[in-house]
Amino acid sequence: MRGRLPAVTVEVLLQGVVSGLMMGFVYALIAAGLSLIFGLMEIVNFAHGEFLMLAMFATFWAWALWRLDPLVSLPLTAGVLFLLGIATYHGLIRWILAAPMLAQIFATFGLAIFLRSLAQALWGVDFHLVKDPWVQGRVSLGGLFIGLPQLVASVGALVAFVFLNWFIGRTETGLALQATAQDRQAASLMGIDTDRMFALGWGIGSACVGVAGALLAIFFYIFPDVGSTFALMAYVTVALGGFGNVPGTLAAGVVVGLVEVLGGLLIAPALKYVAVFLIYLVVVLWRPQGLFGRF
Amino acid sequence: MIYRVIALLSLASVLALTSQPALAQAPKEVVIGVLYPLSGPVAQVGIDSVNAVKLVTEMINSGGSSLNLPLGKTAGLPGLGGAKIRLVIVDHQGKPDVGQSEAERLITQEKVHALFGAYFSSVTATASQVAERYGVPFLNAESSSPGLTDRGFKWFFRTSPHDGHFSVAMFDFMKDLEKRRNLKIKTLGIMHEDTLFGVDSAKVQEELAKKYGYDVAVKMAYRAKTTNLEAEVGKLKASNPDVFLPTSYTSDAFLFVKTAKNLDYNPKLLIAQNAGWTDPTFLTEMGKDAEGHITRAPFSIDLANKKPMIKPVNELFKKLKDNPGGRDISDVPARAFTGFMTLADAINRAKSVTPEEVRKALAATNIPAEQLIMPWGGVKFDEKGQNTGVRAILLQVQKGAYATIYPFELAAADVVYPMPAWKDRK
Repeated sequence: MRGRLPAVTVEVLLQGVVSGLMMGFVYALIAAGLSLIFGLMEIVNFAHGEFLMLAMFATFWAWALWRLDPLVSLPLTAGVLFLLGIATYHGLIRWILAAPMLAQIFATFGLAIFLRSLAQALWGVDFHLVKDPWVQGRVSLGGLFIGLPQLVASVGALVAFVFLNWFIGRTETGLALQATAQDRQAASLMGIDTDRMFALGWGIGSACVGVAGALLAIFFYIFPDVGSTFALMAYVTVALGGFGNVPGTLAAGVVVGLVEVLGGLLIAPALKYVAVFLIYLVVVLWRPQGLFGRF
Repeated sequence: MIYRVIALLSLASVLALTSQPALAQAPKEVVIGVLYPLSGPVAQVGIDSVNAVKLVTEMINSGGSSLNLPLGKTAGLPGLGGAKIRLVIVDHQGKPDVGQSEAERLITQEKVHALFGAYFSSVTATASQVAERYGVPFLNAESSSPGLTDRGFKWFFRTSPHDGHFSVAMFDFMKDLEKRRNLKIKTLGIMHEDTLFGVDSAKVQEELAKKYGYDVAVKMAYRAKTTNLEAEVGKLKASNPDVFLPTSYTSDAFLFVKTAKNLDYNPKLLIAQNAGWTDPTFLTEMGKDAEGHITRAPFSIDLANKKPMIKPVNELFKKLKDNPGGRDISDVPARAFTGFMTLADAINRAKSVTPEEVRKALAATNIPAEQLIMPWGGVKFDEKGQNTGVRAILLQVQKGAYATIYPFELAAADVVYPMPAWKDRK
């Protein structure tokens, strides 16, 4: 049956590259927060997808209640998610820092289920869309179509990335974060309040996903289970980029986005995730530290 | 001593005599296990369906209805001395394994007399397997995978049309449209989600294409829970079939429409296999982007002109306390309503809750067309447990609402062909 699939034209292929790139930037931004938190304290936040879902709902409600465009409410969403991250750290993570890994997994996993069910109880299970956002439509460049919302989302993701990289690498707080990630005890001997750093890490990591959620909400449907769709790709991205390596996450996101679309076009759409996870498996087997190692 | 024995024996026989009728007497309640997805991506459909089931239960248990339905005039099931129906509702989360274990629990722990559900074909498949093993009647009102009634099951009954019926209606429509508009359809594109529903639907469509003499230009599977459909729409643009036939659930239907708009994919004719395309949120959320899309359905609110009972049932449905916002009864809950009424009618005629009696009564079901809210010829099962009275209709989104366009004699509006291109939908 596969033999009957039509040949893919150059035009369609180029379109695939463009679409894959744009999707990749968004994957990367979602994964960045996850990577940051893991790099800082070696805890995988299994509720990361649900944080994304909450960010998307925050954007949706800001639009539904006050007619705030997703781009206007973006700083608000990022702020809310920042606070949520800090609250999660103080309310949950702090108590399980010394606990066995299994307990840490269960804690964040339980948080994921709790948040998803809470969203379902509060807002129902219908699909929502932000209607008539400021950016909509598409531009056409010589037969290539670029969705403006997707373009804004990927540019937004890139800007957020540059900012995150600058913050971690160039500011004093960022350096303190890195120091804490490298050696908790040494950092604390140098006078760094590691508890504060951890909380800050959770705040920034969640704010990243807040930005990603706000940008996604411009063009993606919103419902309580939406997080799990993206979370899986985020875990793959983080593993590819190297746990804790924020710039690596960007490259990995692009790889995942491109492989997904091009794999779908060149092999078969049914196998697009096979291609993504194959690369993931190969990397995990041959280079468990990820393509780009750790920061 | 001997007198004592005689006295005891006679006492025992008296007890036996008096208790015998009590045993044979109708049970006070009929317990039915209801399986639907109440969480996860399609939870709203499950909740709406459960509401429809609750509506039937309420109508039967309280009685006093003046509608021409098989039951509901007197309180309770008259065949069982006015016994009430009690529901045990479970959430299978759309997972076949959960559906299986819940069906097992409903039968062994909750002692249900029959099972009802479960929307997802894949879940219906596993749950009904359990029912078959225990010999408990299973009525399915909406799963459309054709294979479900081909398993040679004795305890499985389906009131709804399956994708075979639906797809035949689609292909008949294409042929009729060719004649009517004097045009030529040659190639088809098939895209389907990769669980049982999509796979079976695509299989049937491929077979029908051969039979009707169409060429399948592209056929592809995808995961319903995908983050993008860029590659899929890219393939469609490359092969550009005359008619595009998608089989999707809700979230992926949303994603497809958005992606098609973005990449400027303009099929001349899009005929969808229900599910996502008839989800009540599809129209409200997609707005003008849904314009021109055709979907098969067994039901539509605009049939109310030809089926007067739809209106009063819809009013009752809208007033349910678990239906905030007063949603209209849509296709899937309407089928749940009909299916559950069929099951209750069979139990009532069986005058018993013994599985074998209920099964026999189900097999002997004969509900006439005028007692249905569906546009069907009635409910009557063949030896496979498939309702033979079914009839599929096609709806097209026109000016923001579903309009029945096929069969032409039931149509409320004329077909818009070709579908408006994206640039003309401003």
